[in-house]
Amino acid sequence: MASETQNTAHAVADAAHGAAQAAHKGGMPQLDFTSYPNQIFWLLVALVVIYWLLSRIALPRIEAVLADRQGTIAGDIAAAEDFKRKAEEAEAAYEKALADARAQAQKIAGETRAEIQKDLDAAIAKADAEIAARSAESEKRIAEIRDGALAAVDQVAKDTAGEIVAALGGKADASAVGAAVDARLKG
Amino acid sequence: MANLEQEMRTELVFHPMDQFIVKPLFGDGPVHWYTPTNVTLWMAVAIAAIFFMLVIGTRGRAVVPSRAQSIAELAYGFIHKMVEDVAGKDALKFFPYIFTLFLFIVFSNFLGLLPRSFTTTSHVAVTATLAMLVFVTVTVVGFVKNGAGFLSLFWVSSAPLALRPVLAIIEIISYFVRPVSHSIRLAGNMMAGHAVMKVFAAFAPLILLSGVGIAVTPLSIIAIAAMYGLEVLVAFIQAYVFTILTCVYLRDALHPAH
Amino acid sequence: MEGNIVQMGAYIGAGLACMGMGGSAIGVGNVAGNFLSGALRNPSAAAGQTATLFIGIAFAEALGIFSFLVALLLMFAV
Repeated sequence: MASETQNTAHAVADAAHGAAQAAHKGGMPQLDFTSYPNQIFWLLVALVVIYWLLSRIALPRIEAVLADRQGTIAGDIAAAEDFKRKAEEAEAAYEKALADARAQAQKIAGETRAEIQKDLDAAIAKADAEIAARSAESEKRIAEIRDGALAAVDQVAKDTAGEIVAALGGKADASAVGAAVDARLKG
Repeated sequence: MANLEQEMRTELVFHPMDQFIVKPLFGDGPVHWYTPTNVTLWMAVAIAAIFFMLVIGTRGRAVVPSRAQSIAELAYGFIHKMVEDVAGKDALKFFPYIFTLFLFIVFSNFLGLLPRSFTTTSHVAVTATLAMLVFVTVTVVGFVKNGAGFLSLFWVSSAPLALRPVLAIIEIISYFVRPVSHSIRLAGNMMAGHAVMKVFAAFAPLILLSGVGIAVTPLSIIAIAAMYGLEVLVAFIQAYVFTILTCVYLRDALHPAH
Repeated sequence: MEGNIVQMGAYIGAGLACMGMGGSAIGVGNVAGNFLSGALRNPSAAAGQTATLFIGIAFAEALGIFSFLVALLLMFAV
């Protein structure tokens, strides 16, 4: 354990020593000014090459692709718009045909109904007239029958009364019986 | 026993900054300005990657894009929208320039995350050049577009009159500090993350040296993995921040009135 | 070991400089937290302000990076 800590201490001391040596050797490579012209020269070369690559080849190409895509998308959208308009037109035409057909059907139905109504009206009128005629005739006959019946009742009453008076042994004056029966029927 | 350990013991090596050393690719000579170095190599790899993504990837010119093409279009749309939103419509003629900066930085950052690679954007020389290019461009554009009216950027007309000279001095100082913070931010972030990973990595072989390593080695490996995840995020965010700040400075140049 | 007072001071200074990073951590947390609370109040406006969020984080973070840089300079350059 003791030797371990000693070793670690050794290692750390060595590390410090190494760092010190590195510091002695030359310090930060970033501050080694002798390498600056080299780095700056190659950096400028690299930048010029990249700039040339971009401005000559890459950027025009990407721009063209993006514009192309924009154009394609716009074209596709226009085509889709066109198709949509056509579909709408077709739908409108269909709607119109449907409405026409419906109106036609409505008209035909109306005409038929009117015709039937007319026939029906005529038949009803005829039937009504017939019924009226029949009922008038019936009423007349009923009135006749009633009158007849009333007269018959009168006669029967007089006759019966005369017969009853005769049966009772009286001598019935026909006119007196008649007057009496009339008076009683009235009362 | 102690002897054996003594023999097996190699020392822990802490060289977190060694990964940033600029070396010639061939031989071991001095670094002249034209010497092909690891800087050259990794910038070339970045250019190749950009070439593959933006030129080979978009080769199909398909209306319905392939995967590579849609990545290229995504990057294009991302920066295009940023320039338009932040800097305004009239800044779009600088779009190829800003896109170049963004692509270079984002690819350098991500390529630097490959093990044993070299991060070109971790060098102040590189980022300071990028920032100075932006600074000079913005200043020149500001004066060409607005003439002396560009100086109204430093004259805060919404402040009380007595405060304005003081504010003007502060604004001028902050204007000239811009390229410094612009470049140090990027280089510092990249340098810090990579150096921290290297420090953790240096602790990893401790298990070969001492018993403490049983605890330290797994911890350091987990820490490296976590730092790597963070660095992936930082690599993108720093490229984004550099680009968006360029757009902000460009907006100031095009519309200096506060 | 003896005569390395300068190096000792540099290392102590580097450690002290790293405290500055804590300040920038607080700053970044402040920016992100306030953005989040604002975004939760008005989620529809949040998407348009992410650019501002990153600019704010970048400014706050830059100062931490500066202190880290001072630490590195003390470690390796002094």
